[in-house]
Amino acid sequence: MQQFANPTRFLAIANKALPLIWVLTIILFAIGLYGALVTAPPDYQQGETVRIMFVHVPAAWLAMLVYTVMALASAVAIIFRHPLADVAAKSAAPIGAVFCFLALATGSLWGKPMWGAWWVWDARLTSMFVLFLLYVGYIAIWQAIEEPGRAAMIARIVALVGFINIPVIKFSVDWWNTLHQPASVLRMDGSTIDWSIRWPLLVLGLAYTLLFLALHLMSMRSEIAARKLRNLQIARSGEA
Amino acid sequence: MTLLAALLRRDLILAARQGGGAGTALGFFLAVLVLLPIGIGPDQATLQRLAPGILWITLLLSVLLSADRIFQQDFEDGSLEVMAMAPPSLELVALTKAVAHWLSTSLPLSIAAPFLGILLNLRTEVIWPLALAMILGSFALSLLASIGASLTLNIRRGGLLISILVLPLYVPILVFGMSATTGNPEMINPSLLILAAITLASFVLAPIAAAAALRAYLK
Repeated sequence: MQQFANPTRFLAIANKALPLIWVLTIILFAIGLYGALVTAPPDYQQGETVRIMFVHVPAAWLAMLVYTVMALASAVAIIFRHPLADVAAKSAAPIGAVFCFLALATGSLWGKPMWGAWWVWDARLTSMFVLFLLYVGYIAIWQAIEEPGRAAMIARIVALVGFINIPVIKFSVDWWNTLHQPASVLRMDGSTIDWSIRWPLLVLGLAYTLLFLALHLMSMRSEIAARKLRNLQIARSGEA
Repeated sequence: MTLLAALLRRDLILAARQGGGAGTALGFFLAVLVLLPIGIGPDQATLQRLAPGILWITLLLSVLLSADRIFQQDFEDGSLEVMAMAPPSLELVALTKAVAHWLSTSLPLSIAAPFLGILLNLRTEVIWPLALAMILGSFALSLLASIGASLTLNIRRGGLLISILVLPLYVPILVFGMSATTGNPEMINPSLLILAAITLASFVLAPIAAAAALRAYLK
């Protein structure tokens, strides 16, 4: 990992990898969406609305994954003083917040015809909403503290403290009796979802992950550029 | 240990003599309790059903509003730097100050709240579970508030930011605090045990997070 610590080398690799990642993302989205919208059968109870799940489930996975990435990057920043770790955590947060919002919004759209309500306060929905608040709080910290070094130190703690919510989200459907259905794709005793629906879901999950990777690399790239610009401005104002 | 005891005494005396301690928090608590029945309507049955929730949320808000007192003044007049250089580790200092906040604000409120519930027609049989749950939970509330206070130590208008950062962490306390007081009587014991577990976990973890944040500001 240490050899990627150098921002210049990171930028070189990111610039080469990005076009490839974008191409893969588009191909996987095309395959996944074809499977989701064309070949997957409508559910015998939910009808065509089940297709919302193909947007909803990967978005929720990614919302949790991105927070985990943020917390890991923050831990790396504390332990190894890795110069890119703070950049990685900072630029992941808005992307994760959007995924989280997407999961909440599509879940709400699905909930209205299925449960008869836009929103219910069960454990899974509430903990997901809390995740959104944690993203907002994390972003707000970066906005509120002007000195970047100090903002980074405070933001690391916020990310790590909030990580406690991730296992709560994952197991909320097991610990409480929720209206939200229990885990059905990733289970110890095998998936309970038919293959015709599962494969588009998994392909879309992969596509979302690659989309995140692409957006994250681009966002990190512009964050590095913003920091360079800042340093140049400080240097110039020192000369004048 | 004697240094920490002295710090605890100092903070308690400051809270008692400066105002802004238990008295003001209690005043805020009462003001909210007066406003809510006006907003909801004076129907006795409705108030009885909502009473535990109203009391819990008012408690959370009162603790949050007083949270910035935990470190701010000491940071501004420089005494926090002296504490950071003193022999006890900053983690223990943060813990002591959170305990002082609990003893001066959260604990008196959580003892008074169930009895103020009488104003809301609170059912008498839930007064004891509610009091126990609040006393257990209020310590966790103070500890988590100390994390928020340290994170927003030197931010102008940090009060709103504290709420965004800390309220998500308060959700579990509210959930189990409520399940100890509404719901069926079988849930009282497990809920109290989980509340105790949350309090113990934040007893260990909150001072570490708070001290790390304080170090970032003291640099």
